[in-house]
Amino acid sequence: MSGRDFFSVERWWSVVRKEFLQLRRDRITFAMIVAIPLMQLTLFGYAINSDPKHLLTGVLVEDHTEFTRSFVAGMKASSYFDIVEELPNEEAGRAALARGRLQFVVTIPPDFSRRLLRGERPALLLEADATDPSATGNAIEAALELPQSVAAKDLVGPLAALAGGSPPFEVRLHSLYNPEGITAYFIVPGLMGVILSMTLVLMTGLAITRERERGTMENLLAMPLTPLEVMSGKMIPYIFIGLIQVSIILVAASAMFHVPFEGSLLTFYCAALFFIAGNLAVGISLSSLAQNQLQAMQLTMFYFLPNILLSGFMFPFQGMPAWARVIGEVLPLTHFHRLMRGIMLKGNGWSDLWTDVWPIGLFIVVVMFVALRFYRRTLD
Amino acid sequence: MSAAAAPVIEVHGLNKSFGDKHVVIDLALQVQPGEIFGFLGPNGSGKTTSIRMLCGLLTPDSGSGTCLGYDILKQSGEIKRNVGYMTQRFSFWDDLSIRENLDFVARVYQMPRRQEAVERALEHLGLAGRAEQLAGQLSGGWKQRLALSACMLHQPRLLLLDEPTAGVDPTARRDFWEELHRLAALGISVLVSTHYMDEAERCHKLAFIAYGRLLVQGTAAEVVESQHLSTWSIHGERLAELSEQLHGQPGVDQTVVFGGALHVTGRDAAALQESVQRAARAAGLAAQPIDTGIEDVFIHLMNESGAAQRLRAE
Ligand SMILES: Nc1ncnc2c1ncn2[C@@H]1O[C@H](COP(=O)(O)OP(=O)(O)OP(=O)(O)O)[C@@H](O)[C@H]1O
Ligand SMILES: [Mg+2]
Repeated sequence: MSGRDFFSVERWWSVVRKEFLQLRRDRITFAMIVAIPLMQLTLFGYAINSDPKHLLTGVLVEDHTEFTRSFVAGMKASSYFDIVEELPNEEAGRAALARGRLQFVVTIPPDFSRRLLRGERPALLLEADATDPSATGNAIEAALELPQSVAAKDLVGPLAALAGGSPPFEVRLHSLYNPEGITAYFIVPGLMGVILSMTLVLMTGLAITRERERGTMENLLAMPLTPLEVMSGKMIPYIFIGLIQVSIILVAASAMFHVPFEGSLLTFYCAALFFIAGNLAVGISLSSLAQNQLQAMQLTMFYFLPNILLSGFMFPFQGMPAWARVIGEVLPLTHFHRLMRGIMLKGNGWSDLWTDVWPIGLFIVVVMFVALRFYRRTLD
Repeated sequence: MSAAAAPVIEVHGLNKSFGDKHVVIDLALQVQPGEIFGFLGPNGSGKTTSIRMLCGLLTPDSGSGTCLGYDILKQSGEIKRNVGYMTQRFSFWDDLSIRENLDFVARVYQMPRRQEAVERALEHLGLAGRAEQLAGQLSGGWKQRLALSACMLHQPRLLLLDEPTAGVDPTARRDFWEELHRLAALGISVLVSTHYMDEAERCHKLAFIAYGRLLVQGTAAEVVESQHLSTWSIHGERLAELSEQLHGQPGVDQTVVFGGALHVTGRDAAALQESVQRAARAAGLAAQPIDTGIEDVFIHLMNESGAAQRLRAE
């Protein structure tokens, strides 16, 4: 086969044009391109809050002093706790927790202040409904820090000596790039990858099976088009779609969530382009594996699930078992998460990003090879 | 058409199975340059499958051959560039306009002076005024005509047409066949499958396929002759009744009512004559021998191959 037989730019361009024309008339797809990023951003950014605040809290104060009042005030100020109830006794607190009416009960024992002044390091009791650890984890952390800060504020003058010692509760959250612990900063760059994977893999996944189902594949196969021309030609419009989506998310991220952007815009778009290509390669090979559109959708879901679960979007990557991390390292989404967080939050450049760039590149090459291998040149 | 010219299609021993269903059995075909070759056979007989094997859309299980001199197994790229294939089912893009569909084809075949070719095709089709209409909005017959002109756009040397005129009105069909003959005169070869007998009669050569087997092939006259059939025609009224009576009589293989005439066909000329004349006399009608037509032959072949197939199946 001569080079012209293998790939002709003219034939390739005919496919690109055709796909653009068809896409232009496909209103639903067009709506999806814009609607999906906005919907997901809103859902994940606002509704699904993995750092809930204002948790319902009751207090049982059996020692009314300046110091205990200051402690309760400190809890309120942390914004994790909403003190909604003064409890009469221990039983009332237990019952409220059991029924889920309260998530926290704070008990300050009768001689708390006296023992504190004697330097006996008294304990106050924080009872938590830890059914959902992720919901209460941050609040607990905040509460454990309170003795320290309250002590520093209130134990002044002759009592300052008491504040000097190291309290046993020292738990300081050290969040370097996101000091306020705003989840949107973390979630939004992650969502970028999730949204791109979802829409692009699905849309390209349908690209070839659609031709097969509508019967136009027979015509396409009867024409002198090579697999590479058809596949890459079909991918081009979706690259633009991917870039549009990335831009929508970027604008929305800063408008809705005030996510900072530390890195370079060029680096950002280059990384996005790379990741988009990876997804299109996956979609197009799923498309050539599947017999019909339904199968293509099922395969897309099959690909999407490990991406969501193992890429570090849902669960912290370092907390996963070794085998899951190995799978995660293969997926482009894992690396894209790191790239996006690196570029948007840390302002990283290529020298820092390189370790997450080449795995995506390798992935693309392997997957494109699979796609071309499985592309059916006949109707058999 | 010189005898020395190499055949445009020459295949032999082609077989194709889908699962355990043997769909095309030992197909051998020869089509000469400038020939219009009609491909006939009942539904599901393997016409579409055979045509797809010729243009590289299906890989034969066994057999070999050439199409335009290119090996059908190894050079499907070359074949695709030089063949115009019209699919049985409309397979252009419903969500592209008529012009866009034609333009896409012209680009894929890398035609020089693409726009001109597209305009000419639109003009020729009589669709110039509706060029921006989506192909999906065309009526069935117009879709067929669009598909036809699209597959001829790149001026292929061989046309493989799978029921190109199904659902097309008589005037358009006549125009289409005139066009085919004009192209054939220019040396372009055509393999066309059809269920219309008047079209069969306009082909230079015919092949009849049933249950995947090619039963006869040759000119219309050769095909008719090969079956050694005699046919009688009876004119009159209440022919359906007469047809009932003749069924199963000695020498009578088939009866077909054509409006005002009943055609009675059989292999055994003497027995047929006796049965027909007896029945006609009884009904007070006149019977006269006529030339066996292509249609009589095909109905005969269909009945026979159906019976043979049932025998094989048992
Ligand atoms: N892709 C396929 N998979 C399984 N069976 C098939 C396939 N394509 C065709 N067949 C079977 O092969 C047989 C021949 O089909 P084919 O389409 O070649 O018939 P045809 O002569 O073109 O019929 P028609 O006149 O109805 O168009 C049929 O029994 C059909 O069911
Ligand atoms: Mg058919």
